[in-house]
Formats: sequence, structure tokens, C-alpha cells
Amino acid sequence: MLRRAKMLFALLFAPVIALAISGGAVAEEAKRWATNMPRGVTSVSNSIYDIHMLVFWIVTATGVLVFAVMFYSMYAHRKSRGAVAANFHENTTAEIVWTAVPAVILILLCIPATTTMLDVYDTSEAEIDIKVTGLQWKWQYEYLGEDIKFLSELTTPESEIYNRAPKGQYYHEEVSEPLVIPVNTKVRFLITGNDVIHSWWVPDFGVKRDAIPGFVNDAAATVTKPGVYRGQCTELCGKGHAFMPIVVNVLEKEEYKTWLAEKKVEQAAIRELTNKTFTMDELMEKGEVAYNRSCAGCHQVNGQGIPGIFPSLVGQGIAVGPVEAHIDIIVNGQAGTAMQAFGDQLSELDQAAIITYERNAWGNDVGDITQPIDVYNWKKGK
Amino acid sequence: MAHGPAKGIGRWLFTTNHKDIGTMYLWFSFAMFLMGGFFAMVIRAELFQPGMQIVKPEFFNQMTTMHGLVMVFGAIMPAFVGLANWMIPLQIGAPDMALPRMNNLSFWILPFAFTLLTATFFMEGGAPNFGWTFYAPLSTTYAPPTVNYFIFGVHLMGASSIMGSINIIATVLNMRAPGMTLMKMPMFVWTWLITAFLLIAVMPVLAGAVTMMLMDINFGTSFFNAAGGGDPVLFQHVFWFFGHPEVYIIILPAFGVISHIIPTFSRKPLFGYSSMVYATASIAFLSFIVWAHHMFLVGMPIGGELYFMYATMLIAVPTAAKVFNWISTMFRGSLTFETPMLYAVAFVILFTIGGFTGIMLAIAPADVQYHDTYFVVAHFHYVMVAGAIFSSTAAVYYWLPKWTGKMYNETMGKVQFWISFIGFNITFFPQHFIGLAGMPRRYSDYALQFSDWNMISSIGAFTYGAAQLLFLFNVVRTIRSGTPVSEPKTWEGAEGLEWTLPTPVPYHTFSTPPTIK
Amino acid sequence: MSTEGSYYVPESSKLPVFAATGLGLIALGAGSWVQGQSPWVFLAGALVLAFTLYAWFALVIKENIAGMNSDQLKRSYVWGMGWFIFSEAMFFAVFFGSLYYIRALVLPWLGGEATENELLWAGFEPTWPLMVTPDQAANGDAAQFLGPEQNMSFPGWDKILHWLPLWNTIILLSSSVTVHIAHTGIKNNDRKKFNLWLGITVFLGIIFLILQAEEYIEAYNHMGLTLSSGIYGTTFFMLTGFHGAHVTFGTIMLFVQWVRGLKGHFNDKDQFGFEAASWYWHFVDVVWVGLFLFVYILA
Ligand code: HEA
Ligand code: HEA
Ligand code: HEC
Ligand code: CUA
Ligand SMILES: [Cu+2]
Repeated sequence: MLRRAKMLFALLFAPVIALAISGGAVAEEAKRWATNMPRGVTSVSNSIYDIHMLVFWIVTATGVLVFAVMFYSMYAHRKSRGAVAANFHENTTAEIVWTAVPAVILILLCIPATTTMLDVYDTSEAEIDIKVTGLQWKWQYEYLGEDIKFLSELTTPESEIYNRAPKGQYYHEEVSEPLVIPVNTKVRFLITGNDVIHSWWVPDFGVKRDAIPGFVNDAAATVTKPGVYRGQCTELCGKGHAFMPIVVNVLEKEEYKTWLAEKKVEQAAIRELTNKTFTMDELMEKGEVAYNRSCAGCHQVNGQGIPGIFPSLVGQGIAVGPVEAHIDIIVNGQAGTAMQAFGDQLSELDQAAIITYERNAWGNDVGDITQPIDVYNWKKGK
Repeated sequence: MAHGPAKGIGRWLFTTNHKDIGTMYLWFSFAMFLMGGFFAMVIRAELFQPGMQIVKPEFFNQMTTMHGLVMVFGAIMPAFVGLANWMIPLQIGAPDMALPRMNNLSFWILPFAFTLLTATFFMEGGAPNFGWTFYAPLSTTYAPPTVNYFIFGVHLMGASSIMGSINIIATVLNMRAPGMTLMKMPMFVWTWLITAFLLIAVMPVLAGAVTMMLMDINFGTSFFNAAGGGDPVLFQHVFWFFGHPEVYIIILPAFGVISHIIPTFSRKPLFGYSSMVYATASIAFLSFIVWAHHMFLVGMPIGGELYFMYATMLIAVPTAAKVFNWISTMFRGSLTFETPMLYAVAFVILFTIGGFTGIMLAIAPADVQYHDTYFVVAHFHYVMVAGAIFSSTAAVYYWLPKWTGKMYNETMGKVQFWISFIGFNITFFPQHFIGLAGMPRRYSDYALQFSDWNMISSIGAFTYGAAQLLFLFNVVRTIRSGTPVSEPKTWEGAEGLEWTLPTPVPYHTFSTPPTIK
Repeated sequence: MSTEGSYYVPESSKLPVFAATGLGLIALGAGSWVQGQSPWVFLAGALVLAFTLYAWFALVIKENIAGMNSDQLKRSYVWGMGWFIFSEAMFFAVFFGSLYYIRALVLPWLGGEATENELLWAGFEPTWPLMVTPDQAANGDAAQFLGPEQNMSFPGWDKILHWLPLWNTIILLSSSVTVHIAHTGIKNNDRKKFNLWLGITVFLGIIFLILQAEEYIEAYNHMGLTLSSGIYGTTFFMLTGFHGAHVTFGTIMLFVQWVRGLKGHFNDKDQFGFEAASWYWHFVDVVWVGLFLFVYILA
């Protein structure tokens, strides 16, 4: 019986393992067959790792003991070996012992667990505050006090996701713009959600915290090693849940300063564009790109939406109605629905381009042009 | 009174007989298990490789949600209610359940509830897609319109469970044969009595949670909306105040079943009966005060985190007592390994492993890394599939000869066990690894480093799924053409009132109560 | 514990499937009704259920009068009703618990206590009753949730006589007393006393409901207090609303028992139907006392 089962096992496994080993280098292989959590690059992630290993070994040892007794009886007290059943069925001492022993083990375990937990919750004296907002389905990072704010969303192309192109090395873990922080500096993340609950997780930092709409949670990390760290959204947040990764670029302190300065200049330049006037063609071109990035997730590339959940924008409703309503819904969203307020997420140029695009693509030939300054004025007027 | 079952479909529609109702519950639950299992197969097929292969992400979420809901509310709970219906009257020497007509009502609500729930697949917006835990506001403001059917479906299930539990409590407290004191009751009856109390206490809480959702969605209230002064986390507190006891509702009757099978095949009385009873009761009590261990990352104050961590770890103590008692029952017994026993032993091993990962999850700082990853998925399939499904499979093999008067095919049973056991471990053991390595749950697509373990897990899942079809086959074959058995004790070592009855059990039993010494 | 002699197991019955069908239709109909479709399916289900329950209770009563119910079965009914009331208590516990959680924890958090929530809700002050929602504090009149203009809390001693909740409390508490008097009546086989005092109880129940409706109309028309006026309106209407629904249900139950009493169904030994309804009534009363304390008084 057992032999047959083992053969089946081997038969099942051989092709998988062969297939897996044949492609890719050995180092890569190690990561692919990873069986444990990373040690990480913050002191908190290290102590989490330690306590994880500690409990792991405790339960393993308990398991070995318990199963040893069990397997011994299964072997030695089989009827086929002539075992005759004893008739004992109570032993108060034994009961007390096996209640007390696990209790003691667990109480001892509580000590390191408590101290680690206090570390996890220690967000005091951070040098940098970054507000992290989860949106369907991207992250927004805002450097508090620095006038820097940007979105970070998945850049893996559809073609790779739908298997029409080979998958790149960072498939599913690459974003338009990573979060950048300096090394050896305590950074506090103020985490919140805009629509539904998301959860911001970077395993190497030992940071995971729910992003709850209407509430701000905090977590902190002091990263000890520069590098690129990747994480994911870990709270079911709708259909794009699997598609809102996190990438954090940890720089040396000096490099971070340079980055910060450049970023400020760049953001100022984008704000400049608000005052420029664009032609229809320019807007349509920019609009298509921006639409596909920010809106197609719900309203689909062809503007048709998904019946019952996301309305179609083709030939009906606001997209072909008065332009004011159109600007308004994009700037302010529609409270109480999945249609979020894009006013603070996208630049005025992108918003103007998207509006122009929606009104003139897919056979919606409304013909009007919305300029960035129109969007800007709309926001001010509110 | 002394007549047999009615003929035709009317027998099933109008019955008041606990055995008929038990049978219907069991078949219903198996049908739901196949459906939920089919959804799981879709999940595993999609996750066979990275990239989107066979379904769209939004449909994937519907699969995950419906898989969880159907398995928990459609497969496991009705399976144990079915066993309760069959066995409790037999084990306490009662002629039937205390309130037989209400009993039939609690069953017939279920087909309506699940028809409603699955019908949402064919409606605009699709089936529920917010996870079986349906956290607000994904399940309120951002839900598909079918969420309303889901809400009323949950109300129906709740009504069914509450009526079922009231019935069980009334039966156990009121219908025992003369001389059967509480501390002489079989373990299965005890675990169910306690489970019924849990159900009555928490099903209304679930009803409250969905009612709040209903109001938030349709009537402008702001329970779960910070803008109006509410809190999405309030939903989670209410849900888990139901949800955590719910997982013990799932496992306690399983403990009861195992506490019969192990003594039978060890030919030795259950070790530490009274401590088993007390342990069950303390598990039930503790289950009310640990709920927020599912919410370590919502940003509770540190005091709350620590309290819930300590309280959760405490549950290991009474559970440990149970495991040790089972093992002591086997110790120095005279063991044989028929299919029910194989399942029972596998239960003890795999449930303990699941319990161990439970303890790991209970360590709040470590849960920072585990939470919402496949590590959690592995944990709860160890306790639920290897816990609840293995034990109800064991129960069916164990009592089937008694019910039908026919013996199942032992070889086929053993083959089925080994495929299940191996398939199960190939499916869910690697999920610990992918979870620790960083793969979140409810993901329709994943990064490349998780590919290999996922593929293995999927292969295991198909294997395990195939074994369930074999189980179905074996049961049907037994009913139609199994080897007849007639001695009251179909198992040599079996003890208890049900084994004093003729085999197969007559349609009406214990019309006059037996006397217990 | 157990019986003497043999036990009555009812014949197979069509009632359960009909009841289940009714419930199924109700669920389906309610689901489509709240989405703005017509209520017909819901009403059809309610009708099926109502008829089935009527037939069901009629049957149970007939069996009881025919003497088919053993003491054991009667005990089962007692257990059944008792635990049903317990499950109702748990249902209310959810709403009371939520009220507590929101008042004691959520509002201070939203107001920035021990959190960084002022980043989102600048200017929000936690108070109870909550007259200005976080939304309103941050976004002014553009907010989705506007707080109420007035609330239902204790208006001060000078206005106490115009304070409906107080009258409601008095009415409901006295109805508990009257139903008890009716109970002692039937215990002594005093049918007249029973019918009179039970009738008074039903009457008090109806008065309570009328006053409650009055209070709601007042709230909607003059106080700007609606279901959507933030968490105060939410908790206020949900708690009092569910309580009101239970009073309605209890009143109907008592009314039915009253009619049965008039028909002479009860005597000093057998009055379980009435007793069950009266327990329910006492329960509803206790809930009201909780409401009065936590919703109206403790602000
Ligand atoms: C049958 C169902 C069942 C059972 C019995 C359990 C049992 C336990 N569970 Fe599990 N759990 C679930 C079903 C179940 N769980 C489900 C469905 C989820 C996920 C829900 C979702 O989010 O979808 C979940 C999630 C879950 C979490 C949340 C994880 C997260 O989301 O981050 C936690 C955290 O504490 C937890 C803990 C425990 C513990 C401590 C036990 C304990 O009861 C286990 C006790 C048993 C033992 C420990 C083994 C035997 C003991 C010994 C042999 C003695 C010696 C042991 C020691 C000294 C350690 N469970
Ligand atoms: C007791 C409950 C129970 C049971 C029995 C199972 C059984 C199984 N579960 Fe699951 N599961 C849950 C409860 C349960 N599950 C819950 C609560 C969740 C969380 C949901 C959520 O996140 O909201 C979950 C989530 C969950 C996930 C994670 C999904 C995600 O996060 O996106 C996965 C992935 O592998 C999974 C797999 C399986 C598999 C392979 C089985 C197998 O054991 C199933 C085996 C049975 C069959 C296969 C049926 C029989 C065969 C057929 C119908 C014929 C077809 C067969 C073939 C094609 C081979 N389950
Ligand atoms: C997360 C999903 C989502 C995203 C992303 C999204 N929308 Fe929407 N959108 C919706 C939903 C849902 C509605 C319906 C709102 C309602 O019910 O009033 C909507 C409505 C609209 C409407 C009004 C349609 C009508 O006729 O009533 C317009 C115009 C619109 N969106 C444009 C956009 C633009 C432009 C973007 C990108 C910048 C975008 N949407 C991104 C979900 C989304
Ligand atoms: Cu955002 Cu999941
Ligand atoms: Cu739990």
C-alpha cells in the first residue's frame, strides 16, 4: 500500500522538479525554492525573524515528542503484533502535568513576544514622515513637509500578465516610481486608505500595516542596508489587489538628499505645465496614455466599463454631457462609489488630457478641448 | 409510529425523522463540498503558473470568496449537523430530535440560501467578491449589487443554524434516556451541546454584522464609514466576534467524532473523559475572548495587541489536553487501522500541525509577517480540511455500516485515504513556504519566485480533489451493493448505545427509552 | 431528564417546506426590493410564511388541546423559547457593543487622540451626541454626512415632561407589570383577571408604538435627525428601530395569546403559549431599559 503511494508521489514530482531545475541559475534557484521568511534589513525585522524561529523550534520539538509517543504506540501496540488492550482511562497526575507544561512554555514565550511587539509599535522620534495612501490599485506617497507627492503603480504590461510576452525578471513587482528613503534613518510611514482597506507590506522591513480609509496608522523602519526592496498589498481590495506592488529604493544619505532636491524641481516643473496651452492632438496623445494607466483598470481600454460595476463612458452619460460635470467627477470623484477623486492624484495636465481624450475617443466626438488651467481653476473654485 | 418511511419525494420533503433529515444534511453538504472544491480547483488551476491563464482577476476573487463561504457554511457546518441529527438521538437513547418539524425546517432553509447565493454568479455584477470575511467597505460601498442577496442569504443560514442548535440543546438536555447523566454522555454529544451554545451565541452576531452592511449600503447609515463617525474596523470586530468562535464550531464536533473512533480501534476506553469535557468547555469559553488575533495589523492600541496575543496562546492549553488524551488512549491499546482509524490518526497529526502554526500566528509580532499570506492559508486548511473534512470523512466510514447495514470496500477506503493524505500534504505544506517567502493570499497572480511551490501545490490539489470523487464512488457503491453486515457492533471495539441497536438501524428507534446503568 | 412511556413523534408534515419556501422568497424578494425593484416577491414570501406559521401554530395548539404533548415535549418548548430569546439578546448585544466601541474609542481616535488622524479630519471634535461629523468638520457643507440639528438626549429637568422617551419608559415598564398581573391571574385560574390585564398590556404596547412613531416623525421633520446623519443617527435609529420591531412582534404575540385567552385556551396548568410571549415581552422591556440608559440618558 505504502509503496504504491510513494511511487505515485515520485511520479508526480519528478517532472516538476526537472522542469524547475533546468531553467535558471543556482542562486536564482535558491530564491525560487525559498522556504522561510527573509531576515530583513531592520532591527525589527531581525527580531521578528528570531522570534519566528524560536516558536518554530519550540513547536517542532513539541511535535517530535508528541508524535514519537504516538508512532511508538502505533508500532508497538498493534493488534496484529498481539497487543492486548490495557484498561486504564484516567490519571490525574498526567493530566495536570500536560496542562502545566504547555502553559509554562507559552508563558515563557510571551516574554520575547512582548518585547518584540513593543519594538514593532515604537514609532517615536522618526526623522522623516511619509504619508502612504492606498488607492484602488496603486500607492500614493507624500513626503510630509517637503511638498512632494507622487503615485506608484504597477508597470508590468498587460502582454506579460496575459502571457502574450515573456515575463521579465521583476514581473509583477515593478512600479512606475519607487518610494525613496535614506539608509540608517528612522522613517515613519503614516498609512491610510482612500477607498477600501489595503495593507502596506515590505517583508524586509518587518513593516505591514493596514491602510484603513478614514484612519491613519503608523509604522516605522530604520533600514540598515541600501538596496531595492519589494513588497505587496496584503489586504483584499478588489480586482487589482494582486497588482499593486510596493518598491522601496533605499539610498545612501547623500544620494537621498540629491534625489530629494531633484524631485522637488521636477514636481515644480509639472506644476508649471498647468499654465501652458495644448493642442487637441497633444492632449489626445497624452490622454490616451494617462487614461490607460489610471482609468482603464475600471472603465476598460475601450471605455466600455464592466456592466453593473463600472459604467461605460462611450456615447452616454457624463462623458458626452456638459464638460463641467465631467471635470467635476474626475476632480472630486463620486462619493460613496469606486469612482475616486483624481484631483490630487494626477497632474492638471493629465486630468485635462484624460477629459479631452474621453470626450473624443471611441466615437465620442464631442469636439471640445479641456486645458490644464481649466482643471486648475475648477479646483480653486471649489 | 411503528411504520416505515413514506414513499417517493414526499418522504424527503415532509419528513420529521431525524435519520432522514440527517441523511439530507449529509448529501447536501457533500454536494456543497464538491461545488466549493470545484471553485478551489479553479483557484489552483489559475495559480498553476504566474500570469492570468483561465480567469480574470475579478472572477478569481469571486472564486476565492465563494469557495470560502460554500466550504464553511455549506459543506462543513451542514456535515456536522447531519451527523448530529443521525447520531445524537441514537447516542442518548432518544426516539428523535426534540422538535422534529423545526428540524426539517432548518434543513430546507439551506437549499434556498445556497441557491440564492450561487444564483449571484449569473446576475449583473457577479457573485460576492470580497472574501469570505467580507470586510467593509469593500463589501459595502464598493460591492457589486448582488451583495444584497448575499446578505439575505446569510440571514437565512443564520436562521437555519439557530433553529438547528436550539433543537440540539433541547434534545440533549431534555431527551436523554433515564440514567444517562451529563457526565455519562458520549463525547460527540458533549461537543455538539457546547457547539450549539456557541452557535446560538454567535450566529445572531453575524446577522447583526450583515444587517449593518445592509443599512450602510442601502439606507445611508455610517457604521463602517469614518466620514460619518463610524469605523471600518468595527466591522472586523463584529465579524471576528462571530468568526473566531465559528472556527471552533467547525472543529469541536470533529473532536467529538475522533473521541469515538480512536477508542474503538484502540479497543480501550477514551482516556480522561472528564478532562476532555472540561477542555471542550474551556476552548468554547476562550473562543469568545480572542477574536482580535485576526486583526493584529489594523492598528489596535498596543495593550489590545498584547491581550489578544496572550489570550490566544492560552487556547493551546486545553487543546493540548485533548491531543494528549487521544494519544494516551492509543497507548497500550490493541490497535487496528481500518479506514476510519487511518483518518482519525491523520487528523491528530495534521490538526496538531495546524495548531502549531496557529500558535505561531498568535505571536503578534510574528503575525506582522504572516498575516494575510499563504502561511495563514496553510494554517487554516490544516485545521479545517485535515481537521473537519478528514474527521467527517472518518465519521461517514465509521457509521456507514451501521446506517446502511452494508460494509464499504476497505481496500478502496484505504487507497482513498492515502491519496487524500498525500495529496493534502502536497497541496498545503508548500503553502507554508510560499507564505513565508512573501506571497499574499487572495492573489490572482504572483511574482516569479513563487512559481515552483505554487505549481506543486496545484498538482497536490488536483490529486486530493480526485480522491474525493473516489470517496463518493465508494459510498454510493456501498449503499447500492456493499457487503451486508448484521451484527449490532459493526466494529469490534465500539462502545455506546448506538451499537446496541440492530444493523441497519430501523427507521424508528428507542420509542421506549433504554435504561442506562 | 427523561420520559415515562412512549414519546410522540409528529407525523410527516408539509409545514416546514412551506415555511422554508416562504423564507426563501422573502430573502430573494428583499434582496431585489432594496435594489429598487418591486416588492412583490417579498410580499408573496411574507404571505406564504404568515399562512404557514398560522397553520403551524394552529396545529401545535390543536395537538396540545388533544393532549398529545407530553411533559417532555413541553419542556422542549420551554428550552426552545428560552434559547431563542438568548439569541435575540446576542443580536442586540452587537448594536450595544458597537455603540460602546464607537463612543469610547472610535470618536476619540478620529479626533486625533493617540493617532495622527487630524491629517484627515482637521478640526473634528469628538462629542456625544455627535452633532458634527468628521466629514462635516473637514469639508463643511459639501460633506456627504451632515450631523443632526438636534438630538434625542435628556433635555434638562425643565422640559422633562415633554420628553417622549421618559413616557415610553413608563409605559413599557408598566406593561411588564400588567403582563405579570395577568400571569398571576391565570395561575389562579382567574380567567377574567387574565383577559383584562393582558388586554391592558397589549394596549400599552400599541401606545408605545404610536409614541415611538411620533418620535421618529419629529426627528425626521423637525430635528434633522435621520439614518444618514452620521453615527449618532445611525446608532439611534438602529437600536430604537430594532427594539421597536421587537415590540411590534411582541405585541402581536401577546394579542394572539389574548385572543386565545378569550377562547378559553388557558388554565392554571397549561399556559405555555402565553408564558413564552410574556418572557419575550419582559426581554423587550429589559432591552428598553438598556436603550434608555445608553441611548437617551448617558451622553
Ligand atoms: C477549524 C478551524 C480552526 C482552528 C481549530 C484554529 C485553531 C487556532 N488558530 Fe486559526 N484560523 C482558522 C481556523 C482555525 N484555527 C481560520 C479559518 C483562519 C483564517 C481566517 C481568515 O482570515 O480567512 C485562522 C486564522 C488564525 C489566525 C489569524 C492569522 C492572520 O490572519 O494573521 C490566528 C492568530 O492567532 C490563529 C490562531 C489559532 C490558534 C492559536 C489556534 C489554536 O486553537 C490551536 C491549538 C492547537 C495546538 C497548539 C496543537 C495541539 C497542542 C499540543 C500538541 C500541545 C503543545 C503545544 C504547544 C506548547 C505550543 N488562526
Ligand atoms: C472547511 C473549509 C475548506 C475546505 C474543505 C477547503 C478545501 C480546499 N481549499 Fe480552501 N479555503 C477555505 C476553506 C476551505 N478550503 C477558506 C475559508 C478560504 C479563505 C477564503 C477567502 O480568502 O476569503 C480558503 C481559501 C483557499 C485558497 C486561497 C485562495 C486565495 O487566497 O486566493 C486556496 C488556494 O489554494 C484553497 C485551496 C483549497 C483546496 C485545493 C481545497 C481542497 O481540499 C478541495 C478538495 C475538494 C474537491 C476538489 C472537490 C471534489 C472534486 C470535484 C468537484 C471534481 C473536480 C476535480 C478535479 C478537477 C480534480 N482554499
Ligand atoms: C476603481 C475604479 C475606477 C477607476 C480607477 C476610475 N473610475 Fe470612473 N467610475 C467608477 C465608477 C464605479 C463609476 C460610477 C459612479 C457612480 O455610480 O456614479 C465611475 C464613473 C465615472 C464617470 C461618470 C460616468 C457616467 O456617465 O455617469 C466618468 C466620466 C469617469 N468615471 C471617468 C473616469 C476617469 C477619467 C478615470 C481615470 C482618471 C476613472 N473614471 C477611473 C470607477 C472607476
Ligand atoms: Cu490594495 Cu490589496
Ligand atoms: Cu481565530
